[in-house]
Amino acid sequence: MNAIVQTRALGKSYGQRPALADCTLMVPPGHVAGLVGPNGAGKTTLLKVACGMLAPSTGCIEVLGERPGAGPAQLARVGYVAQDTPTYAGLSVADHLKLGAKLNPRWDAKLAQAYIEQLGLEPKQKAGRLSGGQRAQLALTVAVAKRPELLILDEPAARLDPLARRDFLRHLMESVAENDTSVILSSHLVSDLERVCDYLIVLVASRVQLAGETEDLLAQHYRIVCSRRQDAGLPPELDVIWSEHAGRQSTFIVRSQAGLPSGDWSAEHLDLEDLVLAYMERSADPGRRTTTRTKEDAR
Amino acid sequence: MHYYSPSNLLERYFPMISFHLDGHSGIAPYLQIVGQVRQALLLGLLCEGDKLPTVKEVVAKVAINPNTVSKAYRELEHLGLAAAKPGVGTFITRSLGDASLAEHGPLQQELRAWLATARAAGLTELGIEAMFQNTRRESAVEEK
Repeated sequence: MNAIVQTRALGKSYGQRPALADCTLMVPPGHVAGLVGPNGAGKTTLLKVACGMLAPSTGCIEVLGERPGAGPAQLARVGYVAQDTPTYAGLSVADHLKLGAKLNPRWDAKLAQAYIEQLGLEPKQKAGRLSGGQRAQLALTVAVAKRPELLILDEPAARLDPLARRDFLRHLMESVAENDTSVILSSHLVSDLERVCDYLIVLVASRVQLAGETEDLLAQHYRIVCSRRQDAGLPPELDVIWSEHAGRQSTFIVRSQAGLPSGDWSAEHLDLEDLVLAYMERSADPGRRTTTRTKEDAR
Repeated sequence: MHYYSPSNLLERYFPMISFHLDGHSGIAPYLQIVGQVRQALLLGLLCEGDKLPTVKEVVAKVAINPNTVSKAYRELEHLGLAAAKPGVGTFITRSLGDASLAEHGPLQQELRAWLATARAAGLTELGIEAMFQNTRRESAVEEK
């Protein structure tokens, strides 16, 4: 099976301004991948390049083993729901399904019908009169009934209230379980990603800061609290992602691929949100970054 | 193993247990599910022959990644607590009810005695918690 998305040194600039730079990724098949990063990090650009709506400026990208938008057959394999789950305000729920059926060769009318019924959407209702949550569900229904192998969702739940968001994610996960769909999903809401994503990509300032299986990432990162010391006071095999120093105490967030050596500190794993924030802060303030260490420092 | 007991008929409509996820525990979600099954076994809420909810049922309710649930069920199989019947579901193969809690009664007595000593020595509840956590982590590392 091909990778969901594979990129090499992918870049996209709008005029002089780079929106995505030197992005190298390999998201293995069968995953629900979360794409997280602050506003303007390049998430939407990456997703648009992945679905073929934008052509890359540099580097290359393959989605399900093919160039995005290579032809009708490739387009049929990928479903895309743009930011804020757009629907046609003047068209009814039934019109959306009719449109989906006409435009998509692999359209599953039975599935679409079942979802609409399950959601309790009135077929004659105009989409413009649906609530935000219902609109999101309608957009998801159209994308899922297309029977894609990969669903690309750009901030699908950002504007929904917590209940509608949870409903949306339930519905999404149900269809993933039922149809074996892979998903790439961007969000600010790390708590949502933690539930549904088994692969995580952190994108900050147009660059990939971190990518990997969620579980591995959680297992490899620790928060260390100890008496005040410099980064170099920690064993060299620990990669310091983030640090903070108080009068007598230092707090570090470190990555270690091979477990944590014992030391004069207390250490614990951190949740995904703190982990993501550490990477975001590090790239917002590169002066803090400690990646290379000389032997002198380590003493 | 009894797949068609009255309890199985009941659970065709109402799964025996449901799962929840604590997003801030720092514990991998699949291990949380494994833990909840163990807990239900210890409390006697699940017994040998009970069917676990299907992956689709779990994700439709809890909004988590289906791979997480599959992985948790595989881990339960690995632990010898459950077995998958292809096309039918995953079933509990061992009970861990009252008997096993009773087995550990002496351990609980020792823990009680230790807690009393710790309090008498002036440790606060937080201090006890911290010492327990630290010691547990260290001993887990040593035993690896």
